[in-house]
Amino acid sequence: MSLSGDRPTARPRAPLLSAVAADRLLRIGLPTLLIAIFLGLWQLSDTLFDIPVYMLPRPSDFVPQFWLSFPKLWHNTWPTALVILGGFAIGTVVSIPLAYAIASSRMLEKGLYPALVILQIAPKTIIAPLLIVWFGTGWMPQLALTTVMTFFPILVDSMTGFKAVDPRLFYIADSTGASRFETFRYIRLPAAMPYIFSGLKIGMVSAITGVMVVEYIASNAGLGYLTLWASAHLDMPLMFAAILTTAFLGLVLNLVLTSVELLLMPWLKRDHDS
Amino acid sequence: MTADFRPIETAPRRGAAIAMRAVAKSFGPAKGGYHALGPISLDVRPGEFVSIIGPSGCGKSTTMLIAAGLMSASQGQVEIDGVALDRPLTDVGIVFQDHLLLDFRTAIDNVMLQQQIRRVDRMVMLEKARELFRKLGLTGAEARYPRQLSGGMRQRVSIARALVHEPSILLMDEPFGALDAISRTQIRHDLERLWLDTQKTVLFITHSIEEAIGLSDRVLVMSQGPGRIVEEILVDLPRPRPAHLGHYPEFVAYADRIYAIFEKLGVYSFK
Repeated sequence: MSLSGDRPTARPRAPLLSAVAADRLLRIGLPTLLIAIFLGLWQLSDTLFDIPVYMLPRPSDFVPQFWLSFPKLWHNTWPTALVILGGFAIGTVVSIPLAYAIASSRMLEKGLYPALVILQIAPKTIIAPLLIVWFGTGWMPQLALTTVMTFFPILVDSMTGFKAVDPRLFYIADSTGASRFETFRYIRLPAAMPYIFSGLKIGMVSAITGVMVVEYIASNAGLGYLTLWASAHLDMPLMFAAILTTAFLGLVLNLVLTSVELLLMPWLKRDHDS
Repeated sequence: MTADFRPIETAPRRGAAIAMRAVAKSFGPAKGGYHALGPISLDVRPGEFVSIIGPSGCGKSTTMLIAAGLMSASQGQVEIDGVALDRPLTDVGIVFQDHLLLDFRTAIDNVMLQQQIRRVDRMVMLEKARELFRKLGLTGAEARYPRQLSGGMRQRVSIARALVHEPSILLMDEPFGALDAISRTQIRHDLERLWLDTQKTVLFITHSIEEAIGLSDRVLVMSQGPGRIVEEILVDLPRPRPAHLGHYPEFVAYADRIYAIFEKLGVYSFK
């Protein structure tokens, strides 16, 4: 008997969808479906689970707020976004060079490391009232807390990145006659980039937390202020709209970071060509 | 000559002579530190292929790092072509057991790191890199990132990086140690061909008797604690040497000699 068999084999039917298309449909379709089910249940929460609308507004109650209260949301998005970006920028500019200095100097590392560990694990939001005493209300204490909160995750991850280089690579660098700067530029910095970006992403989330906390305590503008104002006035639909706008802002900022990351580090892309 | 010690030319150069004069190395405090190596003395002639073989921890790698000027000796000195070495040697290519490629650079860009740092003509070195890729069986891998390559290919890229600037000395520290037996035999042969073409001076650290005899003009056997050179074996076998050395009584005789030395040193104790 031959291996191929004597039976006439049925010609395989062409699949309805190619494997790639099916995978894509599953990857996009399934989460969409689950979110739709979730929103549907939420919409029916009032009738199905007997949850009063004044406690949990249905999607149909707060979704229209996005255009009905658009000017309000838009005007309050800017102050929040600017403080986030400002604090994030200062935190980044200070922490990355400091991380390199600490990673390169035993003295600095031994001297600063214990303090940094303690500060890193301490919750930073607890100093918000202190910052308000020091800087008054408005954007100053917000910027201060945002800076402090972005500073630590970026510092710690960058330090890890700068130290993650196999020391034998420095032997290779030395044997090419590389200067300290060339070793930094060609080896240490690019090797640390994935770590730095993971720090930046955590830092971005912390920045949003920081600005919101101060806005809740003392402010007269911003998404945190708007959320608290809606809470005080029991305007639940507006509150949900403000919360979702804040979440959306965080999403957009994270997306920007991820795009920059892929642009700077093409080697992290999936190996589609292999 | 300027204060910049980078070799500017990329023309092939003949191998340089390596001389180690009573080199010893201790780690830790001057008194009560760990005496790891020596004193050892060795001479490698220009264009010679010399292996150092010995048990793990005998100071082979330390010897290589000192020869490259990357680690300072506690005593003695290293001379390259008769000139005392007091800074990292740059007229050299180094290959370690791990490929140590930069994962953020493509294969060819990893090799071209030499061009960027040494600031030599890009087109000239790119041509050299491509030629090396051809000789090392890496054609088609140029634009791939290290993690898209097999272990054997990564190590080949690492060898190309060590050779592209035409150094007079090639230092290799167990370069095939992490490879499977099949890749190891092939890459050993390819290295031998490259060496026959270029006649660089090679100092090859290994713990494989087959690699040492399969590649070297001379094998130096080291003992442990502190590392010393205890025996020198001249390997007089025709080149290029075959893949399966075990067929040849001459090879077996050389291998037997090294086994006998290891047994005498207590590296092996088969009862």
